Amino acid sequence: MKGKKKIVGLVIYFILLVIPIYWMLNMSLRSNADILASFALYPKDITFMNYMKIFTDSSWYMGYVNAMIYVVMNTLISLTVALPAAYAFSRYQFVGDKQMFFWLLTNRMAPAAVFALPFFQLYSTIGLLDTHIAVALAHCLFNVPLAVWILEGFMSGVPREIDETAFIDGYGFPRFFITIFIPLIRAGVGVTAFFCFMFSWVELLLARTLTVTEAKPISAIMTRTISATGLDYGLLAAAGILTIVPGAMVIWFVRNHMAKGFALGRV
Amino acid sequence: MEKWPNNKAWLLVLPVFVIVAFSAIIPLMTVINYSVQDIFGPGQSLFVGTEWYRQMLGDYRLHEALWRQFLFSGLVLLIEMPLGILIALAMPKKGWGVPACLVTIALPLLIPWNTIGTIWIIFTRPDIGLFGAGMNNLLGIPFDHTARLLDAWITVMLMEVWHWTPLVALLAYAGLRAIPEAYYQAARIDGASAWSTFVYIQLPKMRGVLTIAFLLRFMDSFLIYAEPFVLTGGGPGNSTTFLSIYLVKIALLQFDLGPGGAFSLIYFVIVLLFSFIFYQALQRVGKGEKA
Repeated sequence: MKGKKKIVGLVIYFILLVIPIYWMLNMSLRSNADILASFALYPKDITFMNYMKIFTDSSWYMGYVNAMIYVVMNTLISLTVALPAAYAFSRYQFVGDKQMFFWLLTNRMAPAAVFALPFFQLYSTIGLLDTHIAVALAHCLFNVPLAVWILEGFMSGVPREIDETAFIDGYGFPRFFITIFIPLIRAGVGVTAFFCFMFSWVELLLARTLTVTEAKPISAIMTRTISATGLDYGLLAAAGILTIVPGAMVIWFVRNHMAKGFALGRV
Repeated sequence: MEKWPNNKAWLLVLPVFVIVAFSAIIPLMTVINYSVQDIFGPGQSLFVGTEWYRQMLGDYRLHEALWRQFLFSGLVLLIEMPLGILIALAMPKKGWGVPACLVTIALPLLIPWNTIGTIWIIFTRPDIGLFGAGMNNLLGIPFDHTARLLDAWITVMLMEVWHWTPLVALLAYAGLRAIPEAYYQAARIDGASAWSTFVYIQLPKMRGVLTIAFLLRFMDSFLIYAEPFVLTGGGPGNSTTFLSIYLVKIALLQFDLGPGGAFSLIYFVIVLLFSFIFYQALQRVGKGEKA
């Protein structure tokens, strides 16, 4: 009886979770005139016009490509620097370790609006403005601390006898770390990569500030539909649906890693 | 377990420090610089000391936005933390349901923030939205988030809970999965009820992940911008003008960098202070329970 209540509750929650997304899907398959003319629970004349526009206009579809490029870059950079640091925090005691850990965290606490302007100046000074690497580096500000935090949790779950045995067996640190230690926390790396991907993909303000045309992400391009002739709901909905696709694909590919990582329960 | 004392560990932390400091320190210094100057144009500025700080601290609209922000973040934490834990408790522990649940629940988290706002505009508009039209026509409850204060708040809260509860649920689920089966067996032998198992085993064991969830939700809800801005534009009136929306109004639309800088730093200090208090308090709670 109790188990049943749980399942019913969970099913209701998941239905509520999906309905707003379904509604956007519904809108994306209708023309704007049709949307404004009548209320419909499902599209009666399905049109792929909105999607066609996005896929044939490079100023639209390049937005997805640009965002994917800097998100992947950011995830790789974040993991590369965060892995050794998380190891240091989980294994060693050193001067300023606790302060450093909290300082990392404080970088998620500044309101982005005004900070965006010095970011713009900084990256234009070093000539990186409107490049993918600029956005990838800027997103490290909030993703690297998060990655260190999550990985540290996973690493603390690995018994230290493993490190000691390897060092006695004559492994140097780099070899031990890459061939023995990282494979042990593979699931944790998967979960961390998911979080880095997620926060970089959804961030808007820094990405918009640091790009002009060459590296402009889709989330910034989407604001165009508002400034044009009124609001093109159909087009906006189609663009919105397409922003969900890469993320959904990523979770689909890492789902088993995620299930395993979450089963270890170390976040 | 004692950690090994070794200052060479700094070498491992150094890359992180460099890459974060690169994006953190120079912008912070620049904003501090803005906050003590009156800037007329490129290269033309006047040192004004603490004037902007005094002006901002005395600004009644800032006070209003700040209280609104506290109310919002408070409600967010009150609703999302218990709801997220409940969902995590109800989620299956093995079988095909695990990846299915994880994939579905992570969906809202992977949608860009302005798209989130868009989804909820489309969903709640009184004429074309399922929720808006449903309330008005089906249930006969007048609902218009662009015109009525309460409706605007309900919509923003619904959006926020819809968007971010999955994060709490995912983290809580991870924490639950870490509890060894032996603890549950011991609880069963003692004849513990579901409630006391929750209070004495599950909750203390989830302390670490719940601390992360709580802090992340506090920080991100306190800094929320894109979603309510797209959805309500801060209105009707100023009723959903949260702190960062007001900040953007001052700093970017009026292009007043001095007051904007001072505002940003005050804002930053508030978030920092509360995060620090919460962090310390949550760590102490756990220690008390262990003893």
